[in-house]
Amino acid sequence: MSSSNVSILVVSGTTERLQMAAMVASVAAVSGSQVQVLLSMNALQFFLKSNEKHPSPEGDFGRTMAGKNVPPFKQLLQHAAELGDAAIHPCSMAIDVLGAKPEELDPFLAPPLGLTKFLADSAGGQLLTF
Amino acid sequence: MAERQVIDARGTFCPGPLMELIAAVKLASIGDEIEVLSTDAGSAADIPEWIQKVGHEMVSTSSESGVWHIVIRKTESRAKPRGEKT
Repeated sequence: MSSSNVSILVVSGTTERLQMAAMVASVAAVSGSQVQVLLSMNALQFFLKSNEKHPSPEGDFGRTMAGKNVPPFKQLLQHAAELGDAAIHPCSMAIDVLGAKPEELDPFLAPPLGLTKFLADSAGGQLLTF
Repeated sequence: MAERQVIDARGTFCPGPLMELIAAVKLASIGDEIEVLSTDAGSAADIPEWIQKVGHEMVSTSSESGVWHIVIRKTESRAKPRGEKT
């Protein structure tokens, strides 16, 4: 990966972190960067088709944001994939822990990715964690 | 013949206006103008930055009664969003 490429590791299930990760992914992707996102730990549950939960705010900003017309984080990630050069991957380990199948995840997600491949692809570029 | 369309993104926060613009740019033809209406000051700064980066043309930026009017023209950009119409 070159320095113009951005890798984003998302492990949090809080409103603020999911939103910021999606904002960075979408803007970077539509600005010409190659973007890869790995959804793991507490983040992945929100990308199950059967999920009905909303992420919880971790602070006042997250609570305030809930009442504003902020673009939903999943919509931003979908834009990153469809309008830009972004691949949004579920973490293969997190899928296994949840007992889910790839087809049970939102359709805009790319195939599952392991950490070794993610880190190899991230080499030389920017790596951000949320 | 070049066309002009208006995107009303008032009330939407960053990066909503930019994303709406990009979706419109994707469908527009070369030479078309797109005007974005936005109440988000951050987007008024970010949209020209994006235009400069991808190589479209800034036509004008103005503010009136708290609403930003950002007009761009689609050109042959250096970094097109995926599937952009040419």
